[in-house]
Amino acid sequence: MAELTYRDAVARGIAQEMARDPDVVFLGEDIGKAGGVFKATVGLYEQFGPLRVRDTPISEQAILGAAMGAAMTGLKPIAEIMFSDFFAVCFDYIANEFSKSRYMSNGQVKCPLVVRTGNGGGARFGAQHSQSVENWCMMIPGLKVVAPSSPRDVIGLMAAAVRDPDPVIFLEHKSLYPTKGEVPDGEIVDKLGTASIMRPGRDATIIALAMMVPRALAAADKLKAEHGIDCEVIDVRSLVPLDTRTILGSVARTHRLFTVEENPRLCGWGAEIVSIVADEAFYDLDGPPVRITTPHMPLPAADILEDLALPSTDRIVDRVKRAMES
Amino acid sequence: MAKVEDRALAPAASLNDDIGEETRLRMYRLQVEIREAEQRAFDLFLQNLVKGTSHLSLGQEAVAAGCAAAMKPGDLSFCTYRGHAHTLARGVPIEKVLGELMQRDNGLMRGKGGSMHLTSTDHGVMGSYAIIGAHLPIACGAAWRAQYKGAKDVSVCFFGDGTTNIGAFHEALNFAAVWKLPVIFVCENNLYMEYTPIGDVTAVAHPAADRAASYGLPSIVIDGNDADVVYRTARDAYEKARAGGGPSLIECMTYRYSGHSRADPAKYRPEGELEKWKERDPIKIYRERLRQFGIKDDIIVGIETEVKRQVDDATEKCKAAPPPALDILTTDVYADGGFAWRN
Repeated sequence: MAELTYRDAVARGIAQEMARDPDVVFLGEDIGKAGGVFKATVGLYEQFGPLRVRDTPISEQAILGAAMGAAMTGLKPIAEIMFSDFFAVCFDYIANEFSKSRYMSNGQVKCPLVVRTGNGGGARFGAQHSQSVENWCMMIPGLKVVAPSSPRDVIGLMAAAVRDPDPVIFLEHKSLYPTKGEVPDGEIVDKLGTASIMRPGRDATIIALAMMVPRALAAADKLKAEHGIDCEVIDVRSLVPLDTRTILGSVARTHRLFTVEENPRLCGWGAEIVSIVADEAFYDLDGPPVRITTPHMPLPAADILEDLALPSTDRIVDRVKRAMES
Repeated sequence: MAKVEDRALAPAASLNDDIGEETRLRMYRLQVEIREAEQRAFDLFLQNLVKGTSHLSLGQEAVAAGCAAAMKPGDLSFCTYRGHAHTLARGVPIEKVLGELMQRDNGLMRGKGGSMHLTSTDHGVMGSYAIIGAHLPIACGAAWRAQYKGAKDVSVCFFGDGTTNIGAFHEALNFAAVWKLPVIFVCENNLYMEYTPIGDVTAVAHPAADRAASYGLPSIVIDGNDADVVYRTARDAYEKARAGGGPSLIECMTYRYSGHSRADPAKYRPEGELEKWKERDPIKIYRERLRQFGIKDDIIVGIETEVKRQVDDATEKCKAAPPPALDILTTDVYADGGFAWRN
């Protein structure tokens, strides 16, 4: 057991898979010699060499296209898109190409690849380097979508993503890179499509993703200590496949549902979860489900404005308390 | 500006030059097969037996035949939505192609892909891509795999003149050149990007070749209606790529006889242009070439008769084939064979 940052967990997760399988290759901008702009891939170039860890030009279409071509002919590439906002310049590959080629070819074409990217706000980068784009990916059939919240999950879900036969979008949260967590020694392999109950509770279910998980946990502590409300916190971890069993099981016990989403409100993943719960567990609910989200707006750069936009621990506490009291 | 290379050989005494009789007969057969199958696809449209859309390569047969004939087994083709010709050229049965166009269960992808997405990985046809430019980077990735694994196959990527103005073209060219990838980019310049003359919307005269220098590549423009010229140019480019010499960009001058797609009557063409190009019809040119090499007419006619019979047979089989089984609707979205996104 060692304490590791989320940032170092990325490099360890990739190294674990590259050491295991020579078909795993890694490409992206500044990922090799520079060790990544977030320093999340430091040491990989030195350990695995320039043939397996390849710096690319600033050509996001070429990066994802090349990853796809390599995947469909036998390699297992990990491609980095530096900021998830840049998905917009290479979205053809995400939306039209590696997500659909298996279906369109009636199963002939296989694309076992991972696209890892820095997602989310809190770094004061403004509207084009701060977005939470998990919904852009979740809405496309053929993709799997994961977003770890802890160093241990980074390693385990990275392994699961690399070993998965489908294309996986792997969303790392930029503001979690410096955070630390306990990580067991040795190989860690997790499972896609599994949510984690981070904190059991009796009164309400709070469902969160990535940076919203530590905020939801802090809110749950406060709600218990200050208001006597005992919340269960679930880290979704994997949006596709979605572990609805864990979610529905929790709602059946607590009878209240809250989602905490960093994405702007419209078509957020929480809406899908609320819809599933409404369809399948309506009579388990003791009150209307509540979505806590960023408003439907671009993110500002200034810290006091960005903090106001993103769901905070205090906003979660306030929203849960008001709903539970009403 | 690039110059058209004159690479057609003067008629030689012997058929067994660097191309040889067997390859020449194969290229003739391929061109006739593409012509007949494409014409059949067009006719079946008029009978409402081919649905959706379709982009024909009538008039462009020599590019597909020459490039495919120069390939080795294991080489990979990446095509566009105008991909019937390149799919047939790799040996995919006519019935499988027509079956897909006719949305039958015997189609190449059992009706899940359609005319614009013909794929047969067993034949090295790694897909037909309907988003302009998308497959150039994808072909780079397949070539990267070959380079990484030390394999000797090449990836050959076909696209139209219109593709040269989209970003992915330029990203792929630079990427392939910097990584020295064994990928060959083949531009079929048929003078029109959909409905607009390519010259009206492009800053240079040769949309592919005049950009080659930007990526440190030689400028190559060839007669795309002469299969021998295409074959020799492709063969040299493949050999260079296999030897580690990196990518090539080949601009083939050609012309499509039909409109862009089934919806296009091609009224934008200047009067007489089509007729002028038909004088340089690739099949006409090649039939003459075979005669120059002393191939007897009965052999030439024999090939034509046999191919026509094959297209007729394939058509009848497709007409008799059932539509896709309904239970394939949701198969192969994910690798587990299904489309489940939740537990």
